[in-house]
Amino acid sequence: MSDDAPKMEALKAGLKHEARKLKLDFNQLKSGGFIKQTQKDLFTVRLRCPGGMLRPEQLQTAARIAEKYGRGQIHLSVRQSVEIPYVDYRHFDDVGKELAAVEWSVASCGPRIRVPTACAGCSYNPNGLTDTQALCAEVDRRFFGTETGHHKFKIAFSGCPIDCFRTREMDLGFQGMLEPELDEDLCNGCGLCVKGCEEDALVMEGELPRRDLDRCNFCGDCVKVCPVDAMLARRSGWLARVGGKHGKHPLFAYEVAQFLSEEQVCSLVEKTVDWYRENGEGRERIGVSIVRHGLGKYLEEVVKPLDLEAVEAPAARRRYWSGGNFYE
Amino acid sequence: MSSEISETTLLDLRGVLCPMNWVRIKLALEELPEGGTLDVILDDGEPMRNVPRSVKGEGHRILRVREQEDGTYRLTIRNGSI
Repeated sequence: MSDDAPKMEALKAGLKHEARKLKLDFNQLKSGGFIKQTQKDLFTVRLRCPGGMLRPEQLQTAARIAEKYGRGQIHLSVRQSVEIPYVDYRHFDDVGKELAAVEWSVASCGPRIRVPTACAGCSYNPNGLTDTQALCAEVDRRFFGTETGHHKFKIAFSGCPIDCFRTREMDLGFQGMLEPELDEDLCNGCGLCVKGCEEDALVMEGELPRRDLDRCNFCGDCVKVCPVDAMLARRSGWLARVGGKHGKHPLFAYEVAQFLSEEQVCSLVEKTVDWYRENGEGRERIGVSIVRHGLGKYLEEVVKPLDLEAVEAPAARRRYWSGGNFYE
Repeated sequence: MSSEISETTLLDLRGVLCPMNWVRIKLALEELPEGGTLDVILDDGEPMRNVPRSVKGEGHRILRVREQEDGTYRLTIRNGSI
């Protein structure tokens, strides 16, 4: 390893020199989405694709960059980014110009808030309860690249409890939720909501469905199926999870607050990152900080001051997971 | 009700899997006038979980749900498409 150190130093110096020559912002180079490859002088350019949503002209630009400056390959990252491998750092300036022409830029690396990911949400997915794409774009606009002082910080949005975007594995995850309410006068007792409920949270009692509050996971399926609109949304919003990660030592996130509005989600992002900056140590992720300090401290110092509807009791979290290999 | 003025078609979808059962219902509904009704027989389980929601999602109306002796369900659907 020690043999590599002088080489790395030489590479860094060389890069700095080239960066000046190319009028590149070297800080942007480090913080931005240029990822060093195994091969000398070659980088993977990671592009900023919040929610994985792209305009056709962006894709055309990515294709052109891959053909002109890469090796004609495009890789789709696990977090919805378009990545162009095999780009020589001497072409960063040209790549930047091509991206700017379609109002596009590179993503981030390092100890920062990364590009948030999101499913299609309620805009066109039949299961979606909330507008994941709109909130994802807003959170990206407000918080992308924010320094955490410790390690990376990943945010994801899922529009329903199926949770395709793995909010349990994120530093902060937000999932759509809907609380149903029955208008007994409108209900004709057809029982379709009971059939539609995968949680066995609804049972027919006489002519009316009765909801088991401990089983309901707020998926909204009963509202979506009701043919007479007797089952309605009493309220909907976002379930917040914090402290998840994958990597070499995965952690499963805690549910900490529910039925948040879009504005409350943004407040929680801001306050959580402030808390992490203050309470984290070294290169640990926020999940490790929470385990070290205890979840109570996070709830007291972040969730309570924001006046959010906290999820505090472990029993209240039980409905959201099934078990698995937790080595306990 | 409309079922009294127009003859109701019966579609037996026992053993037909999702989403083909829903596709068959869509095709049958296309043949009906606005307000016309269709009876379908669905298996319990996935079909009963998925199909009714699709029916509602595309603007049709489920008028009646009856459990049959063999554990399947007979639904009366009113064509609500334009």
